Amino acid sequence: MENANLKLHYNVDKKDFINAGEASSSVKKVLRKLGVNPECIRNLAIAMYEAEINMVIHANGGTIDVDISPECIHVVLSDSGPGIPDIQRAMQEGYSTAGDNVRELGFGAGMGLPNIKKYSDDLKITSEIGVGTTVEIKVNIPS
Amino acid sequence: MDKYFHSVTLDKDLCKGCTNCLKHCPTEAIRIRNSKAKIIKELCIDCGECIRICPYHAKKAITDEYEKIFDYKYKIALPAPAFYAQYNDVNIEILLYALKLLGFDEIREITVGADIVSAKTNELLSSNNIEKPLISSSCPAIVRLIKIRFPSLIPNILPFQSPLDIIAKKAKFETAEKLSISHKDVGVFFISPCAAKVTSSKVPIGIPESYVDGVISIAKIVQEIAPFYSKLTESGDDFSQSTASGIGWAKSGGESHELHSFNSIAVDGVKNVIKLLEDLEDDKITDIDFIECCACTGGCVGGPLTVNNTYVSQANIRKLIKKYQREPSCFNCNEEDVSLSLSIERDTILKLGSNMSESIKMMEAIDKLAKKLPGLDCGSCGAPSCSALAEDVVKGYAKESDCIFIYKEKLKTFMNEMNLLKE
Repeated sequence: MENANLKLHYNVDKKDFINAGEASSSVKKVLRKLGVNPECIRNLAIAMYEAEINMVIHANGGTIDVDISPECIHVVLSDSGPGIPDIQRAMQEGYSTAGDNVRELGFGAGMGLPNIKKYSDDLKITSEIGVGTTVEIKVNIPS
Repeated sequence: MDKYFHSVTLDKDLCKGCTNCLKHCPTEAIRIRNSKAKIIKELCIDCGECIRICPYHAKKAITDEYEKIFDYKYKIALPAPAFYAQYNDVNIEILLYALKLLGFDEIREITVGADIVSAKTNELLSSNNIEKPLISSSCPAIVRLIKIRFPSLIPNILPFQSPLDIIAKKAKFETAEKLSISHKDVGVFFISPCAAKVTSSKVPIGIPESYVDGVISIAKIVQEIAPFYSKLTESGDDFSQSTASGIGWAKSGGESHELHSFNSIAVDGVKNVIKLLEDLEDDKITDIDFIECCACTGGCVGGPLTVNNTYVSQANIRKLIKKYQREPSCFNCNEEDVSLSLSIERDTILKLGSNMSESIKMMEAIDKLAKKLPGLDCGSCGAPSCSALAEDVVKGYAKESDCIFIYKEKLKTFMNEMNLLKE
């Protein structure tokens, strides 16, 4: 089963609200064709979309690597943005550092990270100030 | 009945094999094979976009001929409210009387069913134990779309039958009882703006059986009554039960308008619906209680089997709404006559292989091939896009050299080799 993994790679442009979410909808289409169950696809799509939007709002875009195996979907989002000073605080519902320009668009309600956690089976965030942030999302596929 | 019965079909003799329908099909259900369009029945949702776009009128909806009504002892017409919109300054009573002159014994208006569904939806939205937003179940093309492409949204589908199915059953059994005849002698005919209702009458979703015996297109009826309709001045009978609220269902926004105290939106046009459902699936749409979805732009008045311009029809409906301001009558309806009794099954047609590992391998091959293709989505190969061709090739339905650019490259290599041999 070692070689039965599908790897996808995406670049996310900085401050591009119009196209933000393209990577997650592309992954969604792939998962549908793989026959992954709809609840699983939905969870992954929501979690990945939130993370993708975060990358556009807070960092200057970045890259997304998706690794799909018959057992799980593993998504790694890496950016070289400002980093998250207090990850625990960022995980709280309603906490947001988004500016007014972002909030006016309906984003920045402080539900991003809590939502990612809610819809994923595993979430790992590593961040270094001034260097960047890596968000790892795992969604299991029930057999 | 074949699970994949479709009312949208192709007249091969008229098809030129152009790419109009290919490029317009919202579910990518069309391919061109041997210079003729081919509808992939598992993917088609009978939205009728191809009927609208085909310049050669090769795409047709199978509807019933009006003469079929004479196979029944007692004939009932069920006119869709979109039928009223075909005429400017219409008097509904006179229009319904025209149907009687055609041979129908009785008219049962779909608007009455619309009012029943509106009342039930308001009730349901007020209860707490539901998956919000609810998505309307009245457009059969949309229900099919959700089954195929958005299975995670199946629980959001309004658990009620369409106004047509509710009225069809009432009309058939109430009449049979009233006249003491077998329900098989009562013919129930829908006067329809669309092809999708033909499909849902033959292969219903969510109910075991449809009581619609035939579907006649609005265009056909307009044609049949044309010779005498304009001469009618009196109906002699005031038998319309239509209300403003029921009539409003004919146009986009009509169904959601009746859910006054809830936050609802109305989306029309199948491509707009797809975009909205994608967003809903991604949780991008919040605080909405109800989503009305119509496959046709403008709502049912924009159906492919109508004759009047969609926007003129909308204006006609607005006029009728002003004219028919009255409260719906009370109807006794058992829960089972309104609710969907079967669960809606998801379709797994988009799945590539028989298991995950196989599907992943196929997806990799598709990705690899898609990168080789020019990405012009020209349609010359017979697939709607380069990615669709890549998928068809991997599935074994097409070959790489169907792409004229790859074919040209191959030809060039071949010619070079020929030249070398000559030297």
